Amino acid sequence: MKEILLQGARVIDPGSGRDQKQDILIRDGKIASGKASADALVVKVDGCVVTPGLIDPHVHLREPGQSAKETIATGTAAAVAGGFTSVIAMPNTSPTADGPNTIAWIRQRARETGVANVFTTGAISVGQKGEALAPFGALKQAGVVGLTDDGHCIQSAELMRRALEYARMFDLPVLDHCEDSSLSAGGVMNEGKWSRILGLPGWPGIAEEVIVARNALLAELTGARVLCQHISSAASVRILREARARGVPIEGEASPHHMTLTDDRIEGYNTDFKMNPPLRTRSDVEAILQGVADGTLRFLATDHAPHCSYEKEVEFDQAPFGVVGLETALGIYLTELVHSGLVPLGEVVAKMTSVPSNYFRLERGTLETGAVADVTVIDLERKWTVKKSEFKSKSHNTPFEGRELRGRAVFTIVGGIVRHDLDGRAGAP
Amino acid sequence: MNPAWQRKDLLSLRELGVEELRQVLNTAKVFKEILGRPIKKVPSLQGRTVVNLFVEPSTRTKISFELAAVRLSADVVSLDKDSSSIRKGESLKDTAKNLEALQAGIIVIRHRSAGAAQFLAERLQASVINAGDGAHEHPTQGLLDVFTIQERLGKIEGVRVLIVGDIIHSRVARSNLWALLKLGAKVKLVGPSTLLPREFSELGAEVTYDLDAELEQADVINLLRIQHERQVQARLPSVGEYSGFFGLNLERFKRCKPAVLLMHPGPVHRGVEIASELADGAQSVILDQVTNGLAVRMAVLYLVSGGRGLGEA
Repeated sequence: MKEILLQGARVIDPGSGRDQKQDILIRDGKIASGKASADALVVKVDGCVVTPGLIDPHVHLREPGQSAKETIATGTAAAVAGGFTSVIAMPNTSPTADGPNTIAWIRQRARETGVANVFTTGAISVGQKGEALAPFGALKQAGVVGLTDDGHCIQSAELMRRALEYARMFDLPVLDHCEDSSLSAGGVMNEGKWSRILGLPGWPGIAEEVIVARNALLAELTGARVLCQHISSAASVRILREARARGVPIEGEASPHHMTLTDDRIEGYNTDFKMNPPLRTRSDVEAILQGVADGTLRFLATDHAPHCSYEKEVEFDQAPFGVVGLETALGIYLTELVHSGLVPLGEVVAKMTSVPSNYFRLERGTLETGAVADVTVIDLERKWTVKKSEFKSKSHNTPFEGRELRGRAVFTIVGGIVRHDLDGRAGAP
Repeated sequence: MNPAWQRKDLLSLRELGVEELRQVLNTAKVFKEILGRPIKKVPSLQGRTVVNLFVEPSTRTKISFELAAVRLSADVVSLDKDSSSIRKGESLKDTAKNLEALQAGIIVIRHRSAGAAQFLAERLQASVINAGDGAHEHPTQGLLDVFTIQERLGKIEGVRVLIVGDIIHSRVARSNLWALLKLGAKVKLVGPSTLLPREFSELGAEVTYDLDAELEQADVINLLRIQHERQVQARLPSVGEYSGFFGLNLERFKRCKPAVLLMHPGPVHRGVEIASELADGAQSVILDQVTNGLAVRMAVLYLVSGGRGLGEA
């Protein structure tokens, strides 16, 4: 494996507190020190920012079982194109990743076909049915970094309590899709003015908020680590902020779409704006941005959810929930959080590197000497327009088509191997 | 001379301008006059094919559209969910594309999903007329309701209209609301709080929960059907309780203006939304609504198929 020297970079490595001009040397798949050898691949990255490889803690790779939507190969190709070197895969595959066999299969498949690191999660309940606990111990031994029934919320407070007690013993975080299904039943968009105009059944913010509140109380009771996924409503942010101020081990994710888009975009019944939880109002968007800025929401997560075009091209209430995000997320975060002046660049990088790495114990997210050489090179000023026809993902269900963004990953290295090279800096392979 | 109608489709009244609304109403007036003649048929749509795609059941709207198309000399085919491949799992897109391949010029669609008519309109060359899409809109019902008010009261502007009942599930309420507001009526929505969420006030109507307080002011009372087939169980303790607070009974009627118009889109639940005597009474225009629906649907079919507006500009 040839050495790689990234030359002329501004290195931002929140894990070691660095923000300085520095060359980065990669040798044998690790960050190295000392002098580059004479035949090292020298990559000029002047004017760019070099960060630890970005981590997305919430993606759906759809394999096994739904490979028409995405595969580990195409999903990780989308990841590296978007600057992500590591993704955490949700367990709602077919079969459900609720036991060590499926986890082992996914990990092997990722080794064989993936171009980014694939970390796995296991289901909280058997078959994600919300009835019986999945074998957390066996799942942990198989290598999962967290537990979640994402897409389904554990409705029974008793089962959730036991899940948290049991997960704590294995030091695994529990990731919850917060949705009281009696309150959201049948809902396909935010309940409010626009659901009334469009005549679509509402999925109200309260259905999320009651579960966020429950989870905060259960996290406090059990001491288990709980991550509330894709927070969509202002009141959820407030509940998390209050709980965290009391030291409760509860966290929240912010997604690119929930921090930018509002429910009026559904006016044309475009199913690329249908996701779960749904887009809400301007005040919810502002609360989420504020939550990211003040550290209430420490995680940035795409909830990359690919669906085939024929699945999405149906009546709005019949379409599956979900949008892709891996190839647009960094541009959205840089445009909406950094260039807007809301969050310092170093903090956004931390939320995409050291924060998830530490939380999920990934042993990634740093550029210290000896670390695995997962590296992302970002052109902060690169202006570009989202074109789904250029996606590496198998699916094109993005709500950001045509959006002008500022900032893009131009070069991605995973384990010392160049996996994305937008401008051809590494020369012909 | 009227300006030409520009729209390929009729999907909602929310998107129509005031002039377009007037154009439909004026055209409908001409067709109503034709319907009063011994020979009730005109050749306007001769050689054209109208397909009534009623994926959700309907009696009066379907028959009304069929008759309207027949009166315009169109060839008419009607199909419902059970007689179409939708039952076999064919997508709406494929069903509609096949109808178009059979050279249907106008597709009239009734569907349980909001937005279904727009979905078709965006994908077909054929004209699409929304005959009711989920809880979204029922534009021809809204048009026939304002036509009936205009016919009886001579105006829409300034008229005080109460729309009473299950607003949240009602496409009729929405289409009425948009048409009435655009034409200058004063609209109040009345119903139980579980069936009339507050955010309806953001749509331009006043929202109130006390029918008794509104009766004396109203020029028109439009009583919506309580939709048993939809999910109202958790929203209403009983039909009897609804009727007690929101049904138009004889006691309440005594407090109304003598000239009040009583409307109902049908099918009527006698004794629930409206007392049986009132439904059949002198102030009821329920059957006028049905008759006018025919003229309005003829006007809409005529306009989307390229006809110039008829009647006074």
